[in-house]
Amino acid sequence: MLKVLKSGFFTSVQDIGRYHYRHIGVPVSGVMDYKAYTKANFLLENTPDAAVLEMTMTGPTLLFELDTYIALAGANLSATLNNEPIENYQVYQIKAGDILSYGRLENGFRSYLAVKGGLQFDSVLGSKSQYIPLTKNNHLTDGMQISYAETKDFQPKIPKIKIDTYFEDLTVHVAKAPEYDLLTQNQKKQLFDASFTVAKENNRMAYQLKEAIDAHNLSMLTSATMPGTVQLTPAGKLIVLMKDGQTTGGYPRILQLTEEAIAILAQKKSGDSITFQLRN
Amino acid sequence: MKKYPITIKPFGLHAALIAWPDQVNEGVLEDILQFKHFLMDALEDGWELIPAYNSLTLVNTCIPIDENKFHGQLLTWYKQLGPKQAVQRYQWTLPVCYDSEFGHDIQEVASTLTFSVDELITKHTATAYTVYGIGFLPGFMYLGGLPKDLEIPRKQTPRLHVDKGSVGLAGKQTGIYPQDSPGGWNIIGRCPIPLFNTKASPPFFASIGDKIRFKAVSKAEYDLHKIEGEVGIYQPEKKLWNA
Repeated sequence: MLKVLKSGFFTSVQDIGRYHYRHIGVPVSGVMDYKAYTKANFLLENTPDAAVLEMTMTGPTLLFELDTYIALAGANLSATLNNEPIENYQVYQIKAGDILSYGRLENGFRSYLAVKGGLQFDSVLGSKSQYIPLTKNNHLTDGMQISYAETKDFQPKIPKIKIDTYFEDLTVHVAKAPEYDLLTQNQKKQLFDASFTVAKENNRMAYQLKEAIDAHNLSMLTSATMPGTVQLTPAGKLIVLMKDGQTTGGYPRILQLTEEAIAILAQKKSGDSITFQLRN
Repeated sequence: MKKYPITIKPFGLHAALIAWPDQVNEGVLEDILQFKHFLMDALEDGWELIPAYNSLTLVNTCIPIDENKFHGQLLTWYKQLGPKQAVQRYQWTLPVCYDSEFGHDIQEVASTLTFSVDELITKHTATAYTVYGIGFLPGFMYLGGLPKDLEIPRKQTPRLHVDKGSVGLAGKQTGIYPQDSPGGWNIIGRCPIPLFNTKASPPFFASIGDKIRFKAVSKAEYDLHKIEGEVGIYQPEKKLWNA
């Protein structure tokens, strides 16, 4: 068992996501930063859909009760293994009784912990990702226990890769979304000429941005939205839907973030800035 | 069959949106369902098709879309769409207890709309509502067809907690809250059966284009259906609507 001694600010079990249920209103969920997730699982030679822990801003304190191997990726939360500092993007051997804890947020916003073989967690509609109301909780609580398989001997083919700081990039690549063509020339200019600041209203459902562009009175019928869809409110504010975002919406959809752009935005916190760049 | 002037719009690198004219009506909805039925056969596995009101969104997270080629292909397919296929649409009858214990606002709604509570219940249960969309929350249905004289504004102050199963009225809409959530609709009753069940296949019973009718039940019947729902033996009444 992996025992959650302290859960941290917002730590949840996530995997690659829950697909093929959007038509009945079920969000995709899954990891916010697929790049970090993919690398951590790659180092451990896990399957590409293995469940991991996603931690936000502050990390948990975890007790491993079985031998295994781990890899960390994403934000640098000053992790320590039995009080000794350890690094992201590197495989570490774990002995039963080891304690992993986290300290100061050095960069990024979301950090990932992958365990050899993946975390064993109830699968709901094909995914282990926590999401209320499909799962009872949407994050870990103190004292929780999560299963994983014991691994005593693992020789990683690649024990370490370069520390990746893609998320320090300020540029977020976007493509056109269905209502992009309804924007005025001035609104388009405002979108791409200036930078935007992440508002304090940011979570796994959506990131709101502080600055507004020109207001509008476009109206539309409710239609599909996806993770990475940028909605424009009548007041001209931008809302970027994230992995737990609703599957339909009634605000004009003006831009669509690429998966890589979602990963970058997921590593931004309140007060950080981004600029949009339109892909051709 | 009648063809509509559809347009294909870009939606990022992995999706495309097919837009019908900006209208809420059965003709558009039926045409969307016909094309969706066709596309489910024509497209390879891996695509997700999400219809709502006047749009059909196609998502494929596995492969990026070649926009020019794919948009052209969709238009060609739409032009070639043959005679109407039998897309089965169902009518579901859902029990609702309109007692004031559940319908917290029913007295107030009836008096605002100048009906008696019984008249309000008769009107609300007399219509077969059309499912135009499913979204917002897992299993939340956007229902169309509310009689004009049942239109009432949202509550001035939303409730922080609306119980799962609550049946509400707001503007041109009526609907059921599939989960406990905050909400600003006027609550007139409650449906005792769980609408969304992750252990069932499919987890949600209704599809876009289906019809929903409400049937008034007593508190005793409500309690019975609630138990049947909890142990998983309640089956909502279902019949083919467009047979």
